Amino acid sequence: MKSESKLEKILNAGHFAVTGECGPPRGADPEAIRKKAKYLKGMVDMVNVTDNQTAVVRMSSWAGCLILIQEGLEPNYQMVCRDRNRLAMQSDILGAYSLGIKNILCLSGDHQRFGDHPGAKNVYDIDSMNLINMVKTMRDEGRFLSGAEITVPPKMFIGAAANPFGDPFEFRVHRLAKKVAAGADFIQTQCIYNMDKFKKWMAQARDMGLTEKVYILAGVTPMKSLGMARYMKNMVPGMDVPDEIIKRLRGVDKKRQADEGIRICVEQIQELREIDGVAGIHLMAIEWEQRVPEIVESAGLLPRPEV
Amino acid sequence: MIVAERKPISEILDMIKDYHRIMLVGCKGCVTVCNAGGEKEVGILAATLKIARKKEGKELEVAERTLERQCDPEYIEQISDIVDDFEAIISMACSVGPQFLSERYPDALVFPGLNTKFMGGALAHGVWAERCQGCGTCIVHLFGGYCPITRCSKSLLNGPCGGSSNGRCEIDKDIDCVWHLIVEKLTRQGKLSNILSVQPPKDWTTSRDGGPRKVVREDLA
Amino acid sequence: MNDFDPRIVVYCCKYCSYTAADTAGCLRLQYPPNIHIIQVPCTGRVDILHILRPIEEGADGVFVAACLDGDCHFLTGNVQARKRVEYVKRTLEEIGMEPERVGIYNISAGQGHRFAEIAHEITTKIKELGPSPIHGRDK
Repeated sequence: MKSESKLEKILNAGHFAVTGECGPPRGADPEAIRKKAKYLKGMVDMVNVTDNQTAVVRMSSWAGCLILIQEGLEPNYQMVCRDRNRLAMQSDILGAYSLGIKNILCLSGDHQRFGDHPGAKNVYDIDSMNLINMVKTMRDEGRFLSGAEITVPPKMFIGAAANPFGDPFEFRVHRLAKKVAAGADFIQTQCIYNMDKFKKWMAQARDMGLTEKVYILAGVTPMKSLGMARYMKNMVPGMDVPDEIIKRLRGVDKKRQADEGIRICVEQIQELREIDGVAGIHLMAIEWEQRVPEIVESAGLLPRPEV
Repeated sequence: MIVAERKPISEILDMIKDYHRIMLVGCKGCVTVCNAGGEKEVGILAATLKIARKKEGKELEVAERTLERQCDPEYIEQISDIVDDFEAIISMACSVGPQFLSERYPDALVFPGLNTKFMGGALAHGVWAERCQGCGTCIVHLFGGYCPITRCSKSLLNGPCGGSSNGRCEIDKDIDCVWHLIVEKLTRQGKLSNILSVQPPKDWTTSRDGGPRKVVREDLA
Repeated sequence: MNDFDPRIVVYCCKYCSYTAADTAGCLRLQYPPNIHIIQVPCTGRVDILHILRPIEEGADGVFVAACLDGDCHFLTGNVQARKRVEYVKRTLEEIGMEPERVGIYNISAGQGHRFAEIAHEITTKIKELGPSPIHGRDK
């Protein structure tokens, strides 16, 4: 084992993993996280805590992770390159690990242009690829990016994101390969709606032998409404929502769109499970954590394994 | 060249509101080429400021001088005989100009007439775009001749990020995704291998992050 | 306001509007004497400063009379002139003066009647706006 992560144990044992997500509140109330934790407990193997997602200020990811630990959940510390330089990143990683955080997701981060502080200076001292490699060097070689020795190295399970739907499509699998080479242990993908394109990307990943080297968790997000589907399709960069999804949601009564969204999500999970090389799913129920138990149960993913 | 843009008239009028005798100092370097601070722009600003003052029933005496460059002391020297005749000086050079003028003439009140934007070039007549951030260690040859530091909104060395869509940047559909251009170019050149290995973190010491910089040519200095 | 006798500068291209003004004269068409015509080889020669300077000196209006779209003898002089007029309009707006004091018209050499019409139109417009706020000139 590379780390002390529960997710690593589960994946290592050959179980189909289920990870969830928890967006911290825009305030200092820990109850907001505890409330979401209750819905997720026993339903998922690990919970990502977002880091100023969409460049909007929220409670810090590491603090959210600690609250989840108090609630008996395994957190995944999301870290973006937008807000910190290499010094802050490394010290936060040491601090997080010292308090029991054993997973990290290395991200570039959304540009601040669309966030709540568009006038902020963005850092991007290093990029996500370099962040992955930095955490790996800290863990496996016990060295900082500078080369200096670390007294107690952080044994974290290293995650990275991949968006199979970004352009240029043919290069995407190469970027995945770079993340694997940089040291990613697991990948959580962007929300998948275009199943054909995802399967094509997975085939490329298998051909390059990447699925042997990294655990790929396929991202899913249930649609709450037709409006949300339209927004995801048109407004979110790098999101690929096919017209069939829109059509299906439009086809049902407005009051039943949420249920239809859940049904679509469960079908997607079942389809993803059949794809060779998909090691689990990453369920991002955005501000909809209360529906997670229902989705996980309907998809036949309960009970979660004990390791 | 250094690309600059004239400040809004209202801002300049506010800077000089207490003065009646001013000198506009243009620059025949970069800012002439990008139509921001050459002889002609000096004339236009002088006329505009005078019109604005006359409209309020007040007079404004404006002298116009355009120097060869404002980034070399010998040209800054050329106004030494008249600089004391004016209450305020507006430099219409890049931000080097007002600083060099202030350093040479410590008693003068010097104001910047331009906003310095970036180092770049002309895409078409009247259209300029950024190409360099002056990081001090050029690496464009690794990226098909494109600079990802300058042209990627996140300065990624290992792009493109997930927001790249149809060749466009996630922050604005009018901005090219430079990583898309890099991948296309290197694919065409059969040099995609350039970007298949991880590009390590950049050493920013040669950039402004390493403190204010200086270049010394020993044989000339 | 009736005794306000505006001074208006009109830059006329020698290939179109200047000839049109001539035609208007030959046809003995009356137009206001407030219009001061300056002949230019092409309105592409009219610079931002050529428009600003008369205003600075107290002119009540400055106009450009250019060739019809696509008819410029030098291909794009009239297009350039329009952009410069727009620039000056924005400048005047920025300093709180009426942008309507400057403008551009397109006209062909044969349109003597149209020239007289434009001269009336411009003079009426400037009379409505009243004298330029810039003083220090002989009125």
